[in-house]
Amino acid sequence: MRQTGAAGKTSRMSVAAAEPSDSKHATTGALLDVRDLCVSFRDDAGWVPMLNNVAFQVNRGETVGIVGESGCGKSLTALSIMGLLPRRGCLRTGGIVFDGCDIAGLGERGMRQVRGRQIGMVFQEPMSALDPVFTVGDQIAETVRTHFQVSPREAKERAVEALASVRIPAPAACATLYPMNLSGGMRQRVMIAMALVCEPKLLIADEPTTALDVTIQAQIMELLLELGRRTGTALLFITHNLALIAESCERTLTMYAGEVVEDGSVEAMLNRPLHPYTAGLLASLPGRRAPKSRLSSIPGRVPSPRDMPAGCRFGPRCTFATAICQEPQRLRAVDNRRVRCARAVELVLAGAGG
Amino acid sequence: MTTIVQKPALVIAPRRGRAARFLRWMRSDIRAVLSIGFLLALLLISILAPVIAPYPPNDQNVSLLLAPPSAGHWLGTDDLGRDVLSRLIYGAPNSLYASFLAVFVAVLLGVPVGLLVGFVGGWFDEISSRFIDALLSFPPIVLAIAVTGALGIGLTNAMLAVGFVFAPFLARLVRAQTLVVKSALYVDASRGFGASTPHIIWRHILPNAIQPVIVQVTLALAVALLAEAALSFLSLGVQPPAASWGGMLARAYNYIEIAPEQMYAPGMAILLTALAFNALGESMRVALDPTMKRR
Repeated sequence: MRQTGAAGKTSRMSVAAAEPSDSKHATTGALLDVRDLCVSFRDDAGWVPMLNNVAFQVNRGETVGIVGESGCGKSLTALSIMGLLPRRGCLRTGGIVFDGCDIAGLGERGMRQVRGRQIGMVFQEPMSALDPVFTVGDQIAETVRTHFQVSPREAKERAVEALASVRIPAPAACATLYPMNLSGGMRQRVMIAMALVCEPKLLIADEPTTALDVTIQAQIMELLLELGRRTGTALLFITHNLALIAESCERTLTMYAGEVVEDGSVEAMLNRPLHPYTAGLLASLPGRRAPKSRLSSIPGRVPSPRDMPAGCRFGPRCTFATAICQEPQRLRAVDNRRVRCARAVELVLAGAGG
Repeated sequence: MTTIVQKPALVIAPRRGRAARFLRWMRSDIRAVLSIGFLLALLLISILAPVIAPYPPNDQNVSLLLAPPSAGHWLGTDDLGRDVLSRLIYGAPNSLYASFLAVFVAVLLGVPVGLLVGFVGGWFDEISSRFIDALLSFPPIVLAIAVTGALGIGLTNAMLAVGFVFAPFLARLVRAQTLVVKSALYVDASRGFGASTPHIIWRHILPNAIQPVIVQVTLALAVALLAEAALSFLSLGVQPPAASWGGMLARAYNYIEIAPEQMYAPGMAILLTALAFNALGESMRVALDPTMKRR
């Protein structure tokens, strides 16, 4: 499936759209198969491409992390999958096959059956993702009743069970509380309970622990992983915290400037990152070097979507850039991994160990 | 600012019952208790008017016109020899009905329009908001007179007109609130859990946008009462011989030089009731203020 669409209206994008689409692994048994997803937003000057041919898969029960700097398109990818992009001034092309069904083609009514029931989502801000005027029990029960024909009483019972499953002490009492009565960690537990109460096959967690303090972060991650394992729910973590991915995920996708730049198992990525950007992210993790030494960072910043480099998008910031990097890079396969770098094979980049 | 009391992290006290919380609020707010008490008493008087009024409201005693207060007529008699106290009592249900009808109409028109305009947004919002602004630019009483002219005079029509005049105020308020609420993350989250748009408007946006409206409604009740008085004063409201406070005031005004005390009773009734509505609104504003945590 090849999509050009409005994204091809700018010359730069048409180059990118002419890139061979990465859909050789088309109909595998993957739970989620995102194919050549492009998202553009309209501003005064025209369409601005935000996501460029994003393609990846998530298998059943798999735990996948998406990592990248702010503004790389991680959250946008999640919102695209959920069909929660703004209706005006936004254009999405490409396929999103979930459980054998192309949900990108579903209308709002069809998507409502998917959201919450098939794909759950946990948002970054537990402080504001719960409605302040209803008790948390009511809100979870409401989600149950959106998807199942059950009595209000049974919905309430399921809500309490869900609260118990996220290890909230005294779940029945907690169900009668308003969000404002709960701490951030507790609210995130409630969010997780709400996202999992309908037993979705995939849970997208968009920076689920970013707004929480570190001790709570570990608890919430453990909880998510344990629930994922127990219910067989696949997890798609979106984070800028590589340590979190190293500890919890099986596979990681590195995103940069609206593109997937690296896709492979976490172990392989930690041992030998293929893309200089992933290596840069690993190098900027604190704690692996002598105390009080300067923290390393990647120079420069993510290019503006209006002003993408013509060649490799990471090129201007890359210490390994050569003449070949002036060409647009395509995602190439390198032993069971995919990387968007011409020099991936020749470069031996330091992993987390070095 | 208040001192922050450190609480143990995981104490979950069950939410106190609605009744208990209500009682606590009542105890903490004497103004609210007084105004609610006054309005309840007024409601009781309205219902029991035929029982407690000393005379029928339209009985004329032609030998006793514009009489000052006496043992037989506690508040005196009016220009047709009717007992002022009885007319005041019989006027209460009319005046209350008038205020509530006007506000009911305003809510019925204003709230859905505000919700819709705020939620849909875009050019629809632009056009609708300009239309609402145009309605607001009319002097309220003039607009009410025009509507009464179109619908015909009478208390119900007059108050429909007043409600129509109030509706744009509420619509604007609800629209503004909707704009704030619809961008809240919990609205997106709810959509992410599969909620439909009507469900989101009804269950998430309306309850979160309605709190200032509740306050505005109590204040509007007071204004509606005064509007009823004004329209009855202009004889566009309640029609003789039926009693209403505004109508009584209008009649008394004709005899202000002979019997100025005629104005006091209906004037005080209007004043106190409007004051009670206002005080109630003010108390509700404090009680519903989102910055004051509900516990």
